Amino acid sequence: MNLTLKVWRQKNSSAKGTFETYQLDNVDVHASFLEMFDVLNEKLINEGKEPVAFDHDCREGICGTCSMVINGRAHGPLQNTTTCQLHMRHFKDGDTIVVEPWRSKAFPVLKDLVVDRGAFDRIIAAGGFVSVNTGQAPDANTIPVKKEKAELAFDAAACIGCGACVAACKNSSAMLFVSAKVSHLALLPQGNAERYSRVLNMVAQMDKEGFGSCTNTNACEAECPKGISVTNIARLNREYLAASLAAQKK
Amino acid sequence: MALDSKIPAGSLEEKWTRFRSTVKLVSPANKRKLDVLVIGTGLAGASAAASLAELGYRVSAFTFHDSPRRAHSIAAQGGINAAKNYRNDGDSTYRLFYDTIKGGDYRAREANVYRLAEVSGNIIDQCVAQGVPFAREYGGLLDNRSFGGVQVERTFYARGQTGQQLLIGAYQALERQVGLGNVQMYTRHEMLDVVIRNGRAVGIIVRDLITGEIQRHAGHAVVLATGGYGNVFFLSTNAMGCNVTAIWKAHKKGAFFGNPCFTQIHPTCLPQHGDYQSKLTLMSESLRNDGRVWVPKAKGDKRRPEEIPDAERDYYLERKYPSFGNLVPRDIASRAAKEVCDEGRGVGTTGLAVYLDFADAIKRLGQKVVEARYGNLFEMYEKITGDNPYQTPMMIYPAVHYTMGGLWVDYNLSTTVPGLYAIGECNFSDHGANRLGASALMQGLADGYFILPYTIGEYLSGEILAGKNDAKWSEFDEAENAVKSKIERLFSIKGKHSVDHFHRQLGKVMWDDCGMARSKDSLSRAAVEIRKIRDAFWNDVRITGAPNELNPELEKALRVADFFELGELMVQDAMHREESCGGHFRLEHQTPDGEALRHDDQFMYVAAYEYKGDNQQEAMHKEDLKYEVVKPSQRSYK
Repeated sequence: MNLTLKVWRQKNSSAKGTFETYQLDNVDVHASFLEMFDVLNEKLINEGKEPVAFDHDCREGICGTCSMVINGRAHGPLQNTTTCQLHMRHFKDGDTIVVEPWRSKAFPVLKDLVVDRGAFDRIIAAGGFVSVNTGQAPDANTIPVKKEKAELAFDAAACIGCGACVAACKNSSAMLFVSAKVSHLALLPQGNAERYSRVLNMVAQMDKEGFGSCTNTNACEAECPKGISVTNIARLNREYLAASLAAQKK
Repeated sequence: MALDSKIPAGSLEEKWTRFRSTVKLVSPANKRKLDVLVIGTGLAGASAAASLAELGYRVSAFTFHDSPRRAHSIAAQGGINAAKNYRNDGDSTYRLFYDTIKGGDYRAREANVYRLAEVSGNIIDQCVAQGVPFAREYGGLLDNRSFGGVQVERTFYARGQTGQQLLIGAYQALERQVGLGNVQMYTRHEMLDVVIRNGRAVGIIVRDLITGEIQRHAGHAVVLATGGYGNVFFLSTNAMGCNVTAIWKAHKKGAFFGNPCFTQIHPTCLPQHGDYQSKLTLMSESLRNDGRVWVPKAKGDKRRPEEIPDAERDYYLERKYPSFGNLVPRDIASRAAKEVCDEGRGVGTTGLAVYLDFADAIKRLGQKVVEARYGNLFEMYEKITGDNPYQTPMMIYPAVHYTMGGLWVDYNLSTTVPGLYAIGECNFSDHGANRLGASALMQGLADGYFILPYTIGEYLSGEILAGKNDAKWSEFDEAENAVKSKIERLFSIKGKHSVDHFHRQLGKVMWDDCGMARSKDSLSRAAVEIRKIRDAFWNDVRITGAPNELNPELEKALRVADFFELGELMVQDAMHREESCGGHFRLEHQTPDGEALRHDDQFMYVAAYEYKGDNQQEAMHKEDLKYEVVKPSQRSYK
């Protein structure tokens, strides 16, 4: 198939970016979207031009590194699919494809399609953990966990931290990401002791990073490659409210 | 130099306990004065960095990723082994130890493997306490399943995303220490050299991948946790960024390299489909619990799989290995697949694939149960291939997956350079010539959580009086200048071809001639070919852009340059090892029915290589393996 690509090019975080148009012919329908970019880059290098910088690593849809907005949609047109697992058979010969980086004030562009998602790490560092030092743990079967609860916690823990939720949100809200971690740990007995401090600290850090507010459009859930549900956001709100009231009581 | 593995005295069961009770300690007040540099933040690196910081050391952690949560540990699907015996099916520390030694084809060190089995249960405890959502039964207790090469159920799992969940657990522990100010985290920083002074590791040189700045970091100890080097084959199940550079630099600075040719070829991967292909995708070994592997009995049978009646199918693993069937260890399953494809009975357009069929499992269990067990894997298969595995058998073929070889380490996980440690996949230690499924996660976390934090005290207790290491020392100047001039040299070539162009050629040579089957002829050919491609690379590679910016082409070039040198060492090692064992299969050394034929009388040792300078043959040192408890025998899974 033959394609026209409009790709965001930006030299560095302070440079002004622009769309460049590239013609790419004879793309194999079984290639992945990133392999198509490999072919484009090889062609650019052979022409003495600079290849497009983009983030990627495992190419199995699990590391959360890849991050492209394709035709206006985070990770492209397929549901529950990261950019690296999107294959060219889902496009048509002659298509024009527009490719941009995640756009959010909290995710500054570093170069071309590469953005800085350090804000997510800082939110986790603020409280997205259970405080248990190595060696302190009791036997793993000491505390039974209801299977249904464990499954729910897993559903939330499946988040890969890619940032598509932020990219998809018109407000650049990080609520789906934060709520997934809050839910994962709040649903398990192991996370219970720090339940309230966790949600307060993580939300405070989220606000500090410059993410926008949630207005319940559910765009994040629609674009999440791991199908993280917005019910987690509802749980985050409940947790936050409970924690705030508990804090007032003190 | 004689290799001292520093195995503690006493019976196998006593060694680790005795070591822990007698190892030198560092007082809390002194830990605060000691800097540890941890390179890599996968399971081993993240767990080590977090645990060391919890103990009170000042830790700096480095990763080339944008976040410590991205390392390729995350892609491990199937599970993690532990000798908990929650199943009451006769498992024990000894059995896990024995299975690992046997699975490794008697080329691993007994004391290390026993210790690994001993701490395996603690790992599960630790991870559960962190909130890792392992699979559970209706009673609320942890579920287990079985894996290749064993006859008990000791594998803990979290759907098909066990690696992800364990890594997120370690990542959270690490970020907690970052938040507390105990770990200084450097993301998008790649280590390009280790600095040695008076024979000890005192720091590293790193490149800030965003600005291109070359930085110096001094520390009292350097811990490498940088993963495996399967990408020397270009196509592998590794992530695109996996590389050998950190351990290769350490090797060139004096750390011996153990068993470089021991490579694991994983039997259940998606077959290659085009020239543009950038990597191979693994389907979890757990699929072999219910899937049946087969090819047509007749050569060149081009019928669709549904049209081939049962009597005309060869379920070759069940036929050849009745007691383990489809669950034979990886090396055996891979070789068997190659064998049937070489006979011309392979399937798919290339003839380089075999079927993995779930029709019987669906009939027996119902589609719902199969979906619950493997749903995400089936989905992934369909996404990549466009075929629905509920309706038609999967097609699979072996691919490079894991490297058992790596930096030689002693019982303390120290390399031959004092102060320089190697943990996780980047060391050679626990898997011998073949790793069993669900053991990589176990080893990475054992090293990081429960072994290194003890053993490193032995060295650091001696560093208290040494004072602070100084990044202004001339050894740092030299190392930094060497890095800078290498980068300049790459830019000055201004050749015609991309880095991938050369990497692909290297990978093909490695796969064809130093892959699943090796011979004197193929290895001699590989030695010549690698040198040719390496020379071509240094004369004709084109690096676009500039050194002082985010430059993925430069990153790749620095990594691939090291892969050439590593490839040559792998060939040298494979050539010298005149036997077949585990993943190392020499065509000249097989039993009459085509199984690996070891020569214990000549090769029961670890080959540890010493770098002797550019273009020099490396010197081989032997660490003899003494089996005091297990009696090595011809491995049989029949």
